[in-house]
Amino acid sequence: MTVGGALAGGGLRAAARIRAEADARGISRLPVLDGEGPLAVRRIRSAGPEARVALVGAMSAPLGGDRLTVAAEAGPGARLDVTSTAATIALPGQTKEPAHYDVRLSVEEDAELRWLPEQLISAHGSALQVTTRAEVAPGARLLLREEQVLGRTGEPPGNLTSRLTVRCAGRLLLDQELACGPAAPSGWDGPAALAGHRALGQLVVVRPELAEAPARPQLLGELAALTPLAGPGLLVTAVAPDALRLRRALDEAVRVVG
Amino acid sequence: MHLDHSDPHSHSHDGPAAVSADAVRPDGRRRALRIGLGGPVGSGKTATVAALCRALRDELSLAVVTNDIYTREDAAFLLREAVLPPERITAVETGACPHTAIRDDISANLEAVEDLEDEVGPLDLVLVESGGDNLTATFSRGLVDAQLFVIDVAGGDDIPRKGGPGVTTADLLVVNKTDLAPYVGSDLQRMARDAKEQRAELPVVFQSLRSEEGVSEVAAWVRQRLADWTAA
Amino acid sequence: MSRATLLVLADGRFPAGGHAHSGGAEAAVAAGRIKDAADLAEFCRGRLHTSGLVAAALAAAAALGVDPLLLDEAADARTPSAALRTAARKLGRQMMRAARATWPSAELDALAAVRPKGAHQPVVLGLAARSAGLGPEDAAYVAAYEAVSGPASAVVRLLSLDPFDATGVLARLAPELDRVAADAGAAARRVPDEGVDALPASSAPLLDIGAEAHAAWAVRLFAS
Repeated sequence: MTVGGALAGGGLRAAARIRAEADARGISRLPVLDGEGPLAVRRIRSAGPEARVALVGAMSAPLGGDRLTVAAEAGPGARLDVTSTAATIALPGQTKEPAHYDVRLSVEEDAELRWLPEQLISAHGSALQVTTRAEVAPGARLLLREEQVLGRTGEPPGNLTSRLTVRCAGRLLLDQELACGPAAPSGWDGPAALAGHRALGQLVVVRPELAEAPARPQLLGELAALTPLAGPGLLVTAVAPDALRLRRALDEAVRVVG
Repeated sequence: MHLDHSDPHSHSHDGPAAVSADAVRPDGRRRALRIGLGGPVGSGKTATVAALCRALRDELSLAVVTNDIYTREDAAFLLREAVLPPERITAVETGACPHTAIRDDISANLEAVEDLEDEVGPLDLVLVESGGDNLTATFSRGLVDAQLFVIDVAGGDDIPRKGGPGVTTADLLVVNKTDLAPYVGSDLQRMARDAKEQRAELPVVFQSLRSEEGVSEVAAWVRQRLADWTAA
Repeated sequence: MSRATLLVLADGRFPAGGHAHSGGAEAAVAAGRIKDAADLAEFCRGRLHTSGLVAAALAAAAALGVDPLLLDEAADARTPSAALRTAARKLGRQMMRAARATWPSAELDALAAVRPKGAHQPVVLGLAARSAGLGPEDAAYVAAYEAVSGPASAVVRLLSLDPFDATGVLARLAPELDRVAADAGAAARRVPDEGVDALPASSAPLLDIGAEAHAAWAVRLFAS
C-alpha cells in the first residue's frame, strides 16, 4: 500500500494507527501511535491510568477520492480515550469518486475504549462513505459516539453514507446503515427518517453487565431515544436541528448511561 | 438449522405451539374453555366480565383477554377493580379494529390465550372480551368455544328485532341493565319476544348487575358450558 | 412459482396480525410529521428504502433457504429499537401460525419449535413463502409491500384520510417497490458466498426514535 501517497484516481491514501497496552502497574501506554498526512495523532496528558489520544485535523480532509483509515486498539486490560481537536469536514475533491473513511476499533479482553471524535460535516457537493467497525472482546467496554452534520450552516448537504457495525465476542450486536443527501434513496429527509433535521448522532455503549441487566428503554427529549440492543449493549439515536443541539442531547445521554 | 440452547429466545417446548383452536395443548393437556363476550359500546361487557370473575374466581382458575379500541382501557378497568390478579388479565392491541382481532385475524388473541395458559396455567376458563364495536361483531370459532352477546335496554328495545349476527347467532344473548327499563321506556316483554323470534331455541338472559341475582344466571350458563367442555 | 399463491400471501387480509400495526405511522402522525397524503407518500418512501429494504432482503434470504436462525440474529442487529424487535417477533409469531396452517412444512415447524415466542417477521415471512413454493423475489415483494401498505391503511384510520388518496400513494410507489424487491433479492443471493453481512442494514432515525416513544404511550390505537 502507498503510505500517505496519491491514488491514481486523484485522492490520497492515509492511515493512522493507535494501540494502547496496559503495563504491569495497570497504566495504559501507547506502543503504537502513527499518523500521516491529514491524519495526525497526538498523545494527550492523562491524569488517570488511561491513555489519551487526539486526532488532529492537519489538513482539510477527506476530499473526494481520498481513502483514510484509522485503527484504534485497546490491548487486554488497557484503557484508551480517543477524541479529535476539530470537526472533520467532507469536501468535494478533484474527482467524482467518493471519499472513504474507515474506522476500525478493537477492544480486547477487559479493555475499555472511549471513542468520542468531533462531528463529521458533510459539505455541499461532497461524497463520503464512512465505515466504522468495532470488535469488542468478552468483558471489554466500549463507548462510541458518532455525529453527522448535513451541510455547513445554510448549505444543502453532500452525499454521506455510513455503516456502523459492532461485534461482541464475534457476534453481531449492531449493524446500521444510513444514507443522506441528494444521491440517497428518496425519503431520506422525509417524516420516517430525518424530517428536515440536519444533525444526527449515535451513542453506542457496550458493557458486559448489560447482557444480564439490559438498559431500560427511555426517551431523552422528543428527538432522542435510548434502547437496549439484543446483547450486552445499548444505543442512543438522536436527531437535532443543528450540531450544537445534537451534542447537548448526546451529552445528556452520556450522563444518563453514567 | 442449528439449535442454540443458550439462546434467550429459546423455550423448553417439546414441539411447536398449536396452530388454531386445537383442544389439546402441545404438552398434551386439554386447554381451557374460551368464552367470548361481544356487544355494542356501553352495554356492560366489561362490567359483566368483572362480575363473572368475582362469581367464579373461587371455584375456577380463570383469566381474561381484552380487545380494546384504545389499548388497555378495559384491561385497566379490570385491574383497578382487582377482579383478578394482574397476571391473569391481558390486553390485545387491535389497531382500531377490535372486530378484526376477534373474527378475521385472530392470531394475536390466540397468542394471548396461549401465553396466559403458559404463564399462569393450568386454566379452566378464559374470557375473551371484545372492544365495544357494533352489532355485527362476532367471534371466530377458531378463537372461542362459545360466545355471549351483551346488549342493554338503554340502547333501544328494538335491537333484538333488528337482529344482526351477534343477536341472532350468539350462544347466549344477555340483555343487560334491566333496572333501567322503566326510565328509558324499554319494553322488556317486547325485547324477549323479538329475541325469541330471531334466536329460536338459543337462550336469552335478562340481567341487572345491580340486583341481588346479579350475574348469577350468566355464571350458571358458563358453568354448564364448562361442564360440557370437560366432559367432551 | 404460482402468481395466485403470491396473492394469497400478500393479501392484506392474510390473518397474520398486520392490521394492528401502523409501521410507525401512528407515532409520526402524533408528532405532526404526517398530516396529509403527500406526507404519507414521503413517509412510505423513507420506510420502503430503509426498514422495508432490510425486511425484503431478510425475507428473500429466508426464502432462498439461508439458515433462519442466522437471519434472525442479523435482524436483531439491524433492529436497534427494542420496541421494534418486540413488534417484529410478535408479528413473526402470528405469521408463523398463519403460515403453518396454510402451507405446512417441516422447516416452519422447526423454526416454530426453537422460536416459540416468534422469530423476526421478515424471516418467518420468507420461510412461509418458501413453504408455499414461492421464490426469494416473491418474498421480497411481499415484505417491501407490507412496509408501505401497513402505514397507508393505518393513516386512513388515524387521519380519516381519503382511502383513494392512500391507495394512490401506494400505486405511485410501484416502480420503487420493484427496485427495492430486486435489490433485496440480489443482496439475498450474495449471502451464500458472503454471509449475512451482504444484507442491507439501512435505517431511518425517526422510525427508531418514534417507535420507542410510541411504545411508552399509555393509550394508543396500534401496537406499533
